[in-house]
Amino acid sequence: MTEGKIKSEIIMRGIPAAPGIAIGNIYLYTRDVPSAIERALNPGDVDSEIERLKKAIAKSEKELTKILSFAQAKIGESKSKIFEAQIMILRDQFLIDSLVKRIRSELRNAEFIVNNEISKYEKMMLMAQDDYMHERAHDVDDLKNRIIRNMQSTKLVSKFESAAILVSHNLTPADTMIFSRNAVLGYATDKGGITSHAAILSRALKIPAVLGLGDISRRISPGDSIILDGYSGNVIINPSSEQILKYQIKKERYTKFESNLAKFKSLPAKTLDGRKVELATNIEFEEELEYMLLQGGDGIGLYRSESLLFANDQIPSEEKQYKKYKLFADRVFPNRVIIRTFDIGGDKIAPQTIEEANPFLGWRGIRIFLDRPEILLEQLRAILRASSRKNIAVMFPMVTTVEEVIKAKEYIEIAKAELRSKKIKFDPNIQVGVMIEVPSAAVTADTIAKEVDFLSIGTNDLTQYLLAVDRGNDIISDLYQEFHPSVIHTIRHIIKAGHKEKKWVGMCGELAGNPLATVLLIGLGLDEFSVVPSVLPEIKKIIRSVSYSQAQRLASEVLRLRTTEEVRSYLRHYIEKRFTDILLENNNE
Amino acid sequence: MFEVEVIIKNKAGLHTRPAAQLVKTAAKFKSDFYIYKDGYEINGKSIIGVMTLAAEQGAKLNLRFDGVDQKDAAKAVCELFDRGFDEA
Repeated sequence: MTEGKIKSEIIMRGIPAAPGIAIGNIYLYTRDVPSAIERALNPGDVDSEIERLKKAIAKSEKELTKILSFAQAKIGESKSKIFEAQIMILRDQFLIDSLVKRIRSELRNAEFIVNNEISKYEKMMLMAQDDYMHERAHDVDDLKNRIIRNMQSTKLVSKFESAAILVSHNLTPADTMIFSRNAVLGYATDKGGITSHAAILSRALKIPAVLGLGDISRRISPGDSIILDGYSGNVIINPSSEQILKYQIKKERYTKFESNLAKFKSLPAKTLDGRKVELATNIEFEEELEYMLLQGGDGIGLYRSESLLFANDQIPSEEKQYKKYKLFADRVFPNRVIIRTFDIGGDKIAPQTIEEANPFLGWRGIRIFLDRPEILLEQLRAILRASSRKNIAVMFPMVTTVEEVIKAKEYIEIAKAELRSKKIKFDPNIQVGVMIEVPSAAVTADTIAKEVDFLSIGTNDLTQYLLAVDRGNDIISDLYQEFHPSVIHTIRHIIKAGHKEKKWVGMCGELAGNPLATVLLIGLGLDEFSVVPSVLPEIKKIIRSVSYSQAQRLASEVLRLRTTEEVRSYLRHYIEKRFTDILLENNNE
Repeated sequence: MFEVEVIIKNKAGLHTRPAAQLVKTAAKFKSDFYIYKDGYEINGKSIIGVMTLAAEQGAKLNLRFDGVDQKDAAKAVCELFDRGFDEA
């Protein structure tokens, strides 16, 4: 929509993947297509040309082998497979022979022949009507350009001089890491989402990022400047001076707010009248640990162990699991890690047979592993072995009935006995908890509480199941209401049931990290909040600014309200009055 | 020369792993090995070639072997297809 060289302001909306505001010039990262201009060869130069080709192929293989091992270490084997395929192509003797033959017979330069020959395969792949083949064509193209680049001994630029916002079609984890060695102010990409590795890494690196912008890399040209708002997901291309001023003020406000929060890091999460709550974090990947520790959390309230499965094609061995769990436990010691056993759909375990019409109501979480106890036992042994310093708890997801809890506990005892017989040390009193995220478990929370040491409320699924709404379904996603009175009454019921049995009750769903809900949750008696690391100081600040008795009064008022809208506006009003500097827009309020 | 028709049985089709397995098996024999699909001829000993075949489950491929050990080569390769490349 820009006309020629006229630089008009364009506002784009993407996914806010890492918080922060960046204002600056862009650095457009394109994997430059190296030129492969046709050039005639003298017959006497043929041998040296072939030598040049073979050297470039060898160099490419060396580079890719390096990237492969880096990738395997950082993101796991299955996601690294594309590099393996590229290496296999480099070793394709038939392909190499045809290239050599053509250089010899056509007397043309190697770049031209490589480009011409490999492009034929690409075209065939692009003719297929499926995404997989198009991806494959993309990988082959990437490989072709790597070979040509290596013949011309030009390098892919991964360095730039002055501070800039990196704009790119896509950002691989390797790109994210490599570019972060420069003065990157922010990342903006066409593709990717909140859970992509690029997003997780940029949060860990504290570099603002907006991903999934669609076509920003095509709408922007070198020399453009942009504003990138990692809180809202807005990106403004060629902003007016008024916009820049507005965002500079916003940025200062945020920076000031965040530095004010910094002083809360080392203080306990305690209310004005002395009620101490535990403020822990949700974690999926090892890369997030450092950021979490910086934010000053009381340990890990939810470690999503299924992240180990995403990085591997199969379930990692007991030994591998043990090492990972031990690493987390050691890093947060003396604080605690709550390890949630694999929470996945059935398709991850048996891809060939599982075709469920309703996976959210299907073979998931603990249901799978009670059917496949060998996997559960392996995981429980790994968890127990890592518990020797007594700072690990185990938690089961997707519990529906108390029978499941009793059965799962039996497996813990079996795993303990196995370890005992091998004289392996573990924590015999390891705390066992369950997630309460299914309505049946919520209703019978008192019965379940008798069997466990703690309950942790998973508000995302609980909301979804209570209101019978699939939040991924755009048509009805407005019905997904975490502040619906039914959700709040259910939370109160669960907390009361737990406390009656003298068991602590936590929350690891998104509601726990929503500043709008904090006072309400304290008032309902929640003992533990487990939140994403980025919101931790903010939640701590709120906890430290209210008294338990005030919060209880607020909670009893809220319990009287009838609609989501009434609840929200009541809470918003309360927060705005008391905390002028809490940034509710962070959370789409 | 020896020709045979095979059907892709495994669910994921001829993706990278089966493609690599196919090429590796064919490379053990002296005979030339070509694959025909939708009017294309692909050298079955070339991984990049095999990768261009957008062959999903149920697709039919014509295989041609030519050389001293063509029968043995055909047997080994057909077995791979029969077993669905040991995938589901």
